[in-house]
Amino acid sequence: MPDSAPLLRLSEVSVRFGGVSALADVDFCIEKGAVTALIGPNGAGKTTLLGVITGMVAAQHGRVELDGADITALAPHVRARQGVVRTFQNLEVFANMTVLENVMTGRHALVRYGVADSILRTPRFRAGERACREAALEKLEFVGLADKKDILAGELPYGSQRLLEMARAVAAEPRLLLLDEPAAGLNTQETKSLAALIARVRDELGITVGLVEHDMDLVMGISDAVTVLNFGTVLASGDPAQIQANPDVVAAYLGG
Amino acid sequence: MRPWHARNLSRAGLFAVALFMAPLFLPNEYYINILILGAINALIALGLNLLLGYAGQISLGHAAFFGLSAYATAYATTRLGLPIPAGMGLGVALSALVAWLIGMPTLRLKGHYLAMATLGFGIIVNIVMNETVDVTGGPSGFVGIPRLALFGFIFDSDRSYYYLTAGVLALAALFSLNLIDSRVGRALRAIHTSERAAQTAGVDIAGYKLFVFVLSAAFAGVAGVLYAHFLCFVAPSSFGFHFSVQLVVMVVLGGMASVWGAVAGAFFLTALPEALRGFEEVDILIYGAILVSCVMYMPMGMAGAASGLRRRLGRRRGGGAPGAPGSEEGGHAG
Amino acid sequence: MLAAAAQYLVSGLTVGATYGLTGLGFTMIFNTTGIINFAQGEFVMLGGMMSVFFRTWLGLDLFSAITLAVLATAVVGAAMERLTIRPIQGASPINLVIATIGVSILIRGAAMLVWGKDTFSLPPFGGTAPIAFAGAAVQPQSLWALAITLALLTALKLFFSTSIHGKAMLACSCQRKAASLMGISVARMSLFSFGLSGFTGAVGGAILAPITMTSYDVGMMLGLKGFAACILGGLGNPFGAAVGGLLIGIMESFGAGYVSSAYKDAFAFVVLLLLLFVRPSGLFGKAGVERV
Repeated sequence: MPDSAPLLRLSEVSVRFGGVSALADVDFCIEKGAVTALIGPNGAGKTTLLGVITGMVAAQHGRVELDGADITALAPHVRARQGVVRTFQNLEVFANMTVLENVMTGRHALVRYGVADSILRTPRFRAGERACREAALEKLEFVGLADKKDILAGELPYGSQRLLEMARAVAAEPRLLLLDEPAAGLNTQETKSLAALIARVRDELGITVGLVEHDMDLVMGISDAVTVLNFGTVLASGDPAQIQANPDVVAAYLGG
Repeated sequence: MRPWHARNLSRAGLFAVALFMAPLFLPNEYYINILILGAINALIALGLNLLLGYAGQISLGHAAFFGLSAYATAYATTRLGLPIPAGMGLGVALSALVAWLIGMPTLRLKGHYLAMATLGFGIIVNIVMNETVDVTGGPSGFVGIPRLALFGFIFDSDRSYYYLTAGVLALAALFSLNLIDSRVGRALRAIHTSERAAQTAGVDIAGYKLFVFVLSAAFAGVAGVLYAHFLCFVAPSSFGFHFSVQLVVMVVLGGMASVWGAVAGAFFLTALPEALRGFEEVDILIYGAILVSCVMYMPMGMAGAASGLRRRLGRRRGGGAPGAPGSEEGGHAG
Repeated sequence: MLAAAAQYLVSGLTVGATYGLTGLGFTMIFNTTGIINFAQGEFVMLGGMMSVFFRTWLGLDLFSAITLAVLATAVVGAAMERLTIRPIQGASPINLVIATIGVSILIRGAAMLVWGKDTFSLPPFGGTAPIAFAGAAVQPQSLWALAITLALLTALKLFFSTSIHGKAMLACSCQRKAASLMGISVARMSLFSFGLSGFTGAVGGAILAPITMTSYDVGMMLGLKGFAACILGGLGNPFGAAVGGLLIGIMESFGAGYVSSAYKDAFAFVVLLLLLFVRPSGLFGKAGVERV
């Protein structure tokens, strides 16, 4: 039974870059506890929309609400602390840190000690580091990277780096996890594993997932809801079956 | 206490021992001066290393923070008659405060803009030092600064001053190591690698950059007050662009994300003019050559070369990638 | 009153011409390669110093000495690109900045080694008889400086808009990848931009040398003020840089005249800092100068 209020609601969001309208009057919702996919042809505005949600892109008009609270004015790192975390299409792992350190960094906002504690090595520091490390290891086990914890992130194979970004993101224990083309560059086997992992994130960790993707098998297989974007406006919204049957959507993808 | 928690403490302790034993190897007492100045420079380099190597921000005006605190303590202990500890505190506080004021608008700027802004700031401060003759004594400098005395003990012998400075340096190194090895250090390294990813991890980028900038200015401030009460004389010529560049060279040469590298770079470049005595015409040329060669052939500096060597000798596990400066200091996740 | 103001205006414009040409050099390299070349000021220094020495060592007449000096500096610029910038092209921005700082120190060090620390001057181009203008005594050199600058700017404008090489450089500035896909050799444009910046910087140095003395270390201040000019006009806009230079020169001159001559050098930097804080895109600049 879905909750009545959506976890994320975008209302009348418009974004312009110079003279180009990237998003025009977009309304978009993500329901709590579900996997919602955002699809659309290239240039439709999906990445821009992600940017508006995370606060990395400024909207000229519109509102972003997280669980009823207006977060439109909040800076990206503040939104992250509120529970909106994303992964990146062009991987942005911290290549000069180990796998474990990457995930511990993902947990930054949940670690509660300050500069003085760090310098003086207080008991609060030690407790905080221990808790952080344990939680990070747990998340690495969740994605299956625990055996690689001491390897430098930059040396991991591509598929593992994707998993690492996922682990880093869930380590923050977000309310909303936004995945930006997580299947890009993965083969069929890896994509299947990814689908299973996303399902586990939703079911075992209780995290709501927003997914921007091009891989239709992944999208239709794992999503509970799908929104289609085209030329910066919402074309259609519904469950996967409805979307696949929608003639406008088909037309948009085939061009014309 | 898990072993890795004590690691920084034992390293800093070994460092302190090495520093304390160094004078035994000197041919004569004159070289104690070099050691003292080297330690003072190393203090600044440590702070700049945190800024440049970890947070990835450039400052070409750090000599200004060094000079501001030196003049502040000079003025406070002579004209205002304040006790030396008060003057020193004032000096460090002034550097930190000015850094905070300058940092807030400046740290929003990107790489080369920040470099130019800090450079412009450094030059303005230097011009003011030269022109406000009533306060600073102008180009001929400020004389009559008292030698450092704490709790009634006057550090009038160079040896004693060296031990004090070395102790402060070892402590500062410990602070740096501890800081790097914590969520703060991880946040800094994250900012350096990918600001977007750092943001989504909840890191307040602007806040951390400002924090490191102010901290590095505070390190320079501590160095400045030690300098003023050692030489008992300060002049604007020591706090200009030339010195700011030397500081950057120390950090780059040492290896930009390495605490020990920064220290080594500082001592090396402090000793270099001594070695170049008689070669005054080429000292600027050599500085430039070192900087260029370092960036081209040894981008990870002496520390990088050292850890690369160790790797090739097979003693590092796994073999790190060339672009892994932090692995020496922070990568002990286990 | 008016005479004093006119005097300040003229001297401000004169030195401003050099700042403008320096800023222009910064902009050209930045546009083509995205690098801020800290050694730009040294190109200006070399223009003046080499002119002096080709004249005294080789006994050339003023015009030939300057021409040779300017061409030689262009070669230095190109050499810098090829030897120190190209090999580390993919390096992080910090390393690139440090590399250009290193080269600037290297050039300054070499200048000190060759020419020592003395100051030198060039004879003025048009004689020393001042021309009266609104009560001010204008040195012919000032007119020459402005005329040469104007001529150079016009030539560059024509070059960028009509010649294929010029257009190629502009293409690189807008979209390097696209330019490269269109068959423009970005590497060669990079080399060319450094050479051209060396050329314009050296001209700036040569026209200034008769008015203010030149020596091995004038490069840094001139470079920084040129950068301020560049920011004032809007980084990325070559002619904005030229205008910015003139404005900085005038501000400095009036500041020194009416406020305090001791702080003369500080004016340009105060302006620079204020700009960077408040409006990094400058007067005419492309928007989107990156703030974090």
